[in-house]
Amino acid sequence: MSIFLNKDSKVSVQGMTGAEGTRHTKRMLASGTNIVGGVTPGKGGQTVTFSAFDGPDTTVPVYGAVAEAVEATGANVTVVFVPPKFAKGAVFEAVDAGVPLVVVITEGIPVHDTAAFFAHAQAGTSRVIGPNCPGIITPGESNAGIIPADIAGPGRIGLVSKSGTLTYQMMYELRDFGFSTAIGIGGDPIIGTTHIDALEAFQADPDTDAIVMIGEIGGDAEERAAAFIKENVTKPVVGYVAGFTAPEGKTMGHAGAIVSGSSGTAAAKQEALEAVGVKVGKTPSETARLMREIMQSL
Amino acid sequence: MASLATTGRVDPRCPFQSPYDATPETDWLREGIGLVDLMEYQAKSVFAKHGVRTTVGEVVTTPEEARAAAERIGGKVVVKAQVKTGGRGKAGGVKLADNPDDAEAKAREILGLDIKGHIVKTLNIVPAASIADEYYFSFLVDRANRSYLSIASAAGGVEIEEVAHTNPEAVAKVSIDPATGVDEAKAREIAEAAKFPPDVVDAAVEQIVKLYEVFIAEDASLVEVNPLVKLSDGAVEALDGKVTLDGNADFRHPDHAEFADPSADDPLEAKAKEKDLNYVKLDGSVGIIGNGAGLVMSTLDVVAYAGEEFGGQRPANFLDIGGGANADVMAAGLEVIISDAQVESVFVNVFGGITACDAVANGIVQAFELLASRDEHVDKPLVVRLDGNNAEEGRRILSEAAAAGTLPGLEQVDTMDGAAKRAAELAAAGAK
Repeated sequence: MSIFLNKDSKVSVQGMTGAEGTRHTKRMLASGTNIVGGVTPGKGGQTVTFSAFDGPDTTVPVYGAVAEAVEATGANVTVVFVPPKFAKGAVFEAVDAGVPLVVVITEGIPVHDTAAFFAHAQAGTSRVIGPNCPGIITPGESNAGIIPADIAGPGRIGLVSKSGTLTYQMMYELRDFGFSTAIGIGGDPIIGTTHIDALEAFQADPDTDAIVMIGEIGGDAEERAAAFIKENVTKPVVGYVAGFTAPEGKTMGHAGAIVSGSSGTAAAKQEALEAVGVKVGKTPSETARLMREIMQSL
Repeated sequence: MASLATTGRVDPRCPFQSPYDATPETDWLREGIGLVDLMEYQAKSVFAKHGVRTTVGEVVTTPEEARAAAERIGGKVVVKAQVKTGGRGKAGGVKLADNPDDAEAKAREILGLDIKGHIVKTLNIVPAASIADEYYFSFLVDRANRSYLSIASAAGGVEIEEVAHTNPEAVAKVSIDPATGVDEAKAREIAEAAKFPPDVVDAAVEQIVKLYEVFIAEDASLVEVNPLVKLSDGAVEALDGKVTLDGNADFRHPDHAEFADPSADDPLEAKAKEKDLNYVKLDGSVGIIGNGAGLVMSTLDVVAYAGEEFGGQRPANFLDIGGGANADVMAAGLEVIISDAQVESVFVNVFGGITACDAVANGIVQAFELLASRDEHVDKPLVVRLDGNNAEEGRRILSEAAAAGTLPGLEQVDTMDGAAKRAAELAAAGAK
């Protein structure tokens, strides 16, 4: 078990014929993902062959539309590597085709476009992860996005993070335990899947024993996650919040990472999490150490 | 004015020619740069473009121009400091002038004022309005509900955060579904929830619908009017305006280029901006270079903790070189950081995910060479921590180059916490 993604996931890649799409499809295939098709308007009927370092090459068909890919392959996950300008259209298409999981890697999507495609997904049946995120990996089973598959293997820790590189860092620190699923939800102001969504799914997942939650300054997602944990999560949760030293009014890399007045500070988030019994590490290493202690005591 | 903005950011290079197919050299997974707050006169001109009732007035930069503008306008005028921060009135940045002589005098008083760290260089001269009543109005991106929100109140003209705190019932928050937007009926719902007086609701509704058009058509993450006023003739007008544009949407707004502000307040930030770096100047002594926004933020924190042991050493900057971490970006980053007079040591913290550490190490070596060839030697100690994809090879490359003498002052430490401590220690030693 795992959350949102498993060995039975049939993954299509929107924008597979583009540079980033090709590069990362190759990596996803190498980590064992069942890639069933690519989608590029105007390139339906073509194929792309990915050579492997060892073993046979993989030839992936390209479809002109998501609906065609779904009909031909039964794709139930799509990873979006489409440039910002076309991302809204790509997500609308995936939602309209009824794809249950839409993972949007693209960075730099206008927030009004994200608001529109999120509203559309809400009206339909799709879950969106991202945008501006590294995607989701269930180690040993499937990898939908750009998280390097060789950092850590399967295990019983669930990880949810706003940040890509902190996801990698935490997986690296806890690689001896491994992960049920690791999910990067992205640092944009509007995101399709939140900390709360992931916490809820990890709580329900019998193969997750404990959860690491990585947040950062901006918004109040961590505070709301804390309230959710208090009411709904019985599994141990360890937290980390980045951005204690961030000054007010300056955006720190991620579109959403900004302290406005007294809201969105790391200290407030840490306090909210600790108030509901979540242990919060001061550094990624200390956070990993807290999780290590929990895993060893289980 | 309230700080309610959440804003988007952009990679201004956003460079795609054809749908779906990015060119190999485009690194669009990189973090973006740029957040576009407009000055009041710019916001009002954007309002006017969409038919919102407002008075743009004239824009001047000298007392003499202020006099001339007041002469053209005639009668009493208001001289308003144009700075991208709130609290102008309290700081003496907004003054009524009775005649052109007075306008010149008031302009002389206001130009050069320091309002919360912003120096006044530009003034907006507008005819004095006859105001009967003041309200607050805004549209913004609602992160929590992942939709839009209108905040409005009949209690305007003051700090809305203060009102929200002392009298929360007076502030209406109306959620807006991005799929359906704001039509006349929705605008009426907002105006009534805000308890706008019945005699201004119709006029307010008309302005609200047009302000929503500004919010959507201009890709704004914030449109704020404080105050929205009822004039003595009953008309409703945006007397002030704050607009934050989503830089991510620049590709569909070539006209927004005129709002780009090349004169960043901090010279190092200006220099970094020229080089397209994602850099924020802070006030410490440890220069920071890292990859990925979250990891860099975390690096700042870890350095600040480690620095407590060494007389309170703090990070000197935020600099995210993105996933690519190539030599040019590394060189540009190092160049900006070593030109910061406060910097005593530099900490390069990279976790190789997609980018392998050997490429990062080669980038560092080439950056040193590049800077040396321009006679801009790295004369501060540099602590490097590489982990992740191909870290061993990356460390080997750096050790070899260091042994060959091409990386003066470079040390490697294996862990993030250990490296932060060493960088703070070196900064403390350098400061002596």
